[in-house]
Amino acid sequence: MTTFLSIVVILPIAALTWRSTDRGAHGFWQTVSSAEAVSALKLTLIMALLAALTNAVLGTVTAWVLVRDEFPGKSLINSVIDLPFALPTIVVGLVLLALYGPRSPIGVDIAFTRWAIYFALLFVTLPFVVRTVQPVLIELDREMEEAARTLGASSVGVFARIVLPNILPGILSGLTMAFARAVGEVGSVVLITGNLPFKTEVASVFVLQRAQSDPVGGAAVSVVLLGISFAVLLLIGGFRRLASRHERA
Amino acid sequence: MRKVLPRSIVVVYLVAILLGPIAVMVWRTFGDFGGAWDAVKAHNTLLAFRLTLIVTAIAVPLNTIFGIFCGLLIVRGNIRGKGLLNAFVDLPLALSPVVVGMSIVFLYGAQGWFGGLQGHIQILFAWPAIVLGTMFVSVPFVAREVIPTLREIGTEQEQAAATLGASRWQTFWKITLPSIRWAVVYGVVLTTARCFGEYGAVAVVSGNIEGKTQTATLRVDDAYQFAYGNYAPAYGISIVLALMAIVVLLTMLRIHPTGSESHV
Repeated sequence: MTTFLSIVVILPIAALTWRSTDRGAHGFWQTVSSAEAVSALKLTLIMALLAALTNAVLGTVTAWVLVRDEFPGKSLINSVIDLPFALPTIVVGLVLLALYGPRSPIGVDIAFTRWAIYFALLFVTLPFVVRTVQPVLIELDREMEEAARTLGASSVGVFARIVLPNILPGILSGLTMAFARAVGEVGSVVLITGNLPFKTEVASVFVLQRAQSDPVGGAAVSVVLLGISFAVLLLIGGFRRLASRHERA
Repeated sequence: MRKVLPRSIVVVYLVAILLGPIAVMVWRTFGDFGGAWDAVKAHNTLLAFRLTLIVTAIAVPLNTIFGIFCGLLIVRGNIRGKGLLNAFVDLPLALSPVVVGMSIVFLYGAQGWFGGLQGHIQILFAWPAIVLGTMFVSVPFVAREVIPTLREIGTEQEQAAATLGASRWQTFWKITLPSIRWAVVYGVVLTTARCFGEYGAVAVVSGNIEGKTQTATLRVDDAYQFAYGNYAPAYGISIVLALMAIVVLLTMLRIHPTGSESHV
């Protein structure tokens, strides 16, 4: 087991980290702190956060509708939620260009703008929060809500003080996973954003474009992304523990 | 009335982000069906799809076996460093595929740690690197599905079998594997979808040589980059890839009817 994991995952990561300092600690820092790298990393983090937050809100609403509402077409909605998990990311980029590209039938052209990054990230991170909140809502005991309502709580009050605390660990772990996914996203952004440095170039594309011309520079920014991934995994682990403690309580 | 607003928000959002764009692409493809179809049946496109299928056929079984045993080790095993193993299994979910590609370049490339292998077997810019990159990004899916199921079923039946004299292999084949089979199948489906669609890691390690190391996703990329205003070829190949994804998705839904019955 460990051998398999070493060959497939651990050794490559070790080689990358090791070789990223080929130009010394100073060289590493110079690449990572260059204006273009900093701008790409900043843009990536901001866009990923915006997309993850948007989907945290809309994903919670979606999960709520799927569990508590009944209307024709609901099961269709439930089925298409997973589509972004199945659709190849490069296809996602093309799909978005078809509606929001230069030949948009509705006259909305967001290609080569930061909106393109936002839309692509919204698409690929759509299922995460829905799929972490939905099971919790199904399990949630509705008697508590009814009791609160009998005691005179408003529906906003019931949601804020009873439902929200229960689904919050689910929202947070879904949000963090969506954020991690968005930070590393390549396929869906590479065609639609035009990869303009300082404007629409995200960190993954920065690395991709240096894969051949400047691999050591690419490796330096890769190591920063690797650090972000580990930090996010720690956070998710924390939220999972929070959720299981909540269950036991 | 209170329910109409959330419902409408969800429908509008899904149409704007998901269903609208997909509908427009399908409509465009059928607007120039001849052009799209020619691109799909072009020799190098078929070779690209063949490569994607071969890579998937190698990566999925290996990752499935690994996922099952890794899950067993994490849930039932009594070893040190379980937390670390768990963390590394999850890592590919949170890591950019481009970083995965770069890692493989530094391990197997001519200047890499295992660069000496280059004289004997071509790894980088050939199918082995594509397989390795695809396996890396799709490593977690089976283990992630199997772990909660293993926790849920407990060890009572396994212990009973052991008490009745079953060997460890017998217990595994007759008790453990049948009780986690749906989790395994679901994990396999997710792994397959990921393998079909892998782009970032493959873009770095494959060399993208038409007819040789170009996978289906890279073919779409090329078709778009060299479209010169004629997008039918890129759309056509995309639709085939999307159809493959939809078949996978339908299988997923048959196994997980609501997404809520997971791990039962």
